[in-house]
Amino acid sequence: MDKNIDYNIYISGVGGQGIIKTSVIIGEAAMNEGLDVVMSEIHGMSQRGGSVSTELKIGNYKSSIVEQSKADMILGFEPIEVLRGLDKSNKDTKLVFNDFPVIPSTLTQTGETYPDIENDIIANLKDNFDEVYPISATKLAKEAGSVLSLNMVLLGAAVSTKDFPLSRESVETAMKNNLAPKFHEMNLKAIELGYNSVKEL
Amino acid sequence: MAYDQLVKAEKGDKLFLLGNEAAVRGAIEAGVSVAATYPGTPSSEIGNILSVVAEKADMYFEFSANEKVAMEVAATAAASGLRSFTFMKHVGLNVAADSFMTTAYSGVKGGMVVFVADDPSLFSSQNEQDTRNYARLANMPILEPSNPQEIKDFMVYAFDLSEHFGIPVLFRTTTRVSHMRGIVEFGDKQAPKCTTKDVESDKHWKKGFFVKNPSEFVPVPANSLNMHTRLVEKMAKITEEANESVKNEVYSFVDGALQGKYGVISSSSAFNYAYDVVNQENLGMDILKLGLSYPVPKELIADFCNNLEGIFVVEEVDPILEKEVLAIVGEYNLDIPVYGKFDETFPMVHEFNCDIVKIGFNKVLSEIKTDLVNVPETYELSDGLNKVVENIPHRAPTLCAGCSHRSAYFAAVKAYEELGFAKEDMIFASDIGCYTLGISPPFETADYLLAMGSSVGDGCGFSIATNQNVMSFIGDSTFFHSGLSPLVNAVHNKNNFVLTILDNRITAMTGGQPNPGIPIDGMGHEAPAVSIENIVKAIGVEFIEIVNPHNVKKTVDIYKKALEYDGVAVVIARYPCTLIKGQKRKKPMEIKDNCVQCLHCVEKLACPAISYLNGKVVVDEALCKACTVCIQICPNKAIGVKKGD
Repeated sequence: MDKNIDYNIYISGVGGQGIIKTSVIIGEAAMNEGLDVVMSEIHGMSQRGGSVSTELKIGNYKSSIVEQSKADMILGFEPIEVLRGLDKSNKDTKLVFNDFPVIPSTLTQTGETYPDIENDIIANLKDNFDEVYPISATKLAKEAGSVLSLNMVLLGAAVSTKDFPLSRESVETAMKNNLAPKFHEMNLKAIELGYNSVKEL
Repeated sequence: MAYDQLVKAEKGDKLFLLGNEAAVRGAIEAGVSVAATYPGTPSSEIGNILSVVAEKADMYFEFSANEKVAMEVAATAAASGLRSFTFMKHVGLNVAADSFMTTAYSGVKGGMVVFVADDPSLFSSQNEQDTRNYARLANMPILEPSNPQEIKDFMVYAFDLSEHFGIPVLFRTTTRVSHMRGIVEFGDKQAPKCTTKDVESDKHWKKGFFVKNPSEFVPVPANSLNMHTRLVEKMAKITEEANESVKNEVYSFVDGALQGKYGVISSSSAFNYAYDVVNQENLGMDILKLGLSYPVPKELIADFCNNLEGIFVVEEVDPILEKEVLAIVGEYNLDIPVYGKFDETFPMVHEFNCDIVKIGFNKVLSEIKTDLVNVPETYELSDGLNKVVENIPHRAPTLCAGCSHRSAYFAAVKAYEELGFAKEDMIFASDIGCYTLGISPPFETADYLLAMGSSVGDGCGFSIATNQNVMSFIGDSTFFHSGLSPLVNAVHNKNNFVLTILDNRITAMTGGQPNPGIPIDGMGHEAPAVSIENIVKAIGVEFIEIVNPHNVKKTVDIYKKALEYDGVAVVIARYPCTLIKGQKRKKPMEIKDNCVQCLHCVEKLACPAISYLNGKVVVDEALCKACTVCIQICPNKAIGVKKGD
């Protein structure tokens, strides 16, 4: 086991998408693999339909906030929430994200527009980063059994990327320890679908 | 993780825990008998977990009506010889402060810990006040853990310290410590104990015995004179402890550019950033980490600073430690510069991170050598991507779909508009809770806010000071917390405003805790529900209306009457929070073919379940909670309940 692993993950999305649970599963899997890990999460007011993010640092760290341009991966549950995390990115950052939007309900009030996912977001990201993995995670989650398994689709996708520091097996074990047994089968399928979706890109 | 594991797990077990979860384990390991709180982020999870595990952990636990009551419950338990634990957010300590200040004077028999979670950068608060100031104000020791493991370990230490010196101990975290997750190795559990007479208990928690001693516990002036002297003597002894304490330790590095030349003094979450930067940048500076930061370990700090060429003080929010270090440097005649907030090495506000600490270090160190610190660089994005990033739409927190606060605000606005009142002649006094989100368009029903319960007192003041129409909004839990006294004041002083008590049957913002209006107590047992309308009536309010705010027409009519009423009018807008579990799922709404895209529903409700997409109004069925308000307000009757499955 390589104890010199150093891997920072920034996870972002919208309140209610299962972001914190996903992060806890990754952190617990890291702990079970004998790695050091710290994580930061934000609760409270920001959860009422606002942007939510967590940060995970695997390695020799005491602080749990990912430094500027130091994220090895941005795991996005929603397209524009990936963009909000780009100050943590560098050229080699892997961008794994759900291509399905959650439109902010205040657009009509603010007069803002949601960018075009294919042309504005994905194409531009591909211009700037070598590893861009847009996943139809919402669709795959429904295929796995419920849109609620969205987070496990994305987790499966993250695990399948090159250099991801944790094994699929330990992530699945941590999932089982954190989610209700009656949903294990669905969530394993979600992980499988997410895992394969990156491989197919 | 099942919360039971916090009770069941044995010494040596390791769990991946949130700081606040580790605090619960700390309380269990320390053998706490009585715990009390009022929920407040970032401390709320402690109460949520205790409400589930208290009984299994032989602990009494309550959600008190407010933090002052929680403080009093904990203080009296500790005076009766039991270990007691109270916890709150930083501003909660303001509410509890009156009793808190005196607990330092009277002292304790059993250990007592006052856990306070600060919120630098205001993730969920109205200010970023620094609780370390309270340690100085009350003359009470303060502990500052930096991570979940330390929270657990320091809790046990804090109870021992408190009991040994007979004084309550402040325990300060920040959002980034309370809401940090890390690996926590468990220790032994102590059985609850009693430091006075042991008595039989007929409950699942241990009972203590209060031994009368007015000279110790009743702060009339004659007694208080001596109490203050005793407090100062205790703190002098704890200063000796602080100089020796294992919680104040020096982190040294084997090599590095600045070894023996510069040093860092830090505490809490700020220490984590300082450590990571010194380590990663191979700076080699020793770091003095203060876990027991007050009373100030003067000798330890003086020893640490001696022979250094410069000292960095890395701390978040107020320059408290920096002032202490400057005083020590002066007292000991050390000719050493101190770099902190006063000289603008570090910012005076908001939370830190490694990047901020690097920039601060570099301001000073670049004078010595230019490439000691790699200052943070951003990855240059293409113009195309930058343009998209600059225009990302905001995603502010909003009232949930189906939230009854939205309906109440809609009706209040419609009522004053129908009465012909101008917007600038309306004053909306808001309060602390989800309903503060009424600040945003289209409602804009938050013009003034100070603190928990302030909407009622603010209503009193505005109605005296102006001729404008005043509407105050307060939640059920906040009303019990601190809305009663100002309502007495309003009636007695013949004030004139409309008070809405938004009774959604839960303490919603902090994650759904019960409150005195709910027939369940903090340990999940049946409890008498206190009636809001009976209180309001007993206080002497003559205009009282109870309404389901989802009934739009009725609510608008009530608000019109209330606004025209001369005196204090109370509207109790009652409908359960949509986040309460176990509610029956109703059929969602749908937009019918006769929709003309007038966007009245979209613009007037700002409901997350209704959007205008690609030229059509659509309802998100997964989000819709079937409150039917959109059906009631649609001018074209183009919204209906979805037919079929």
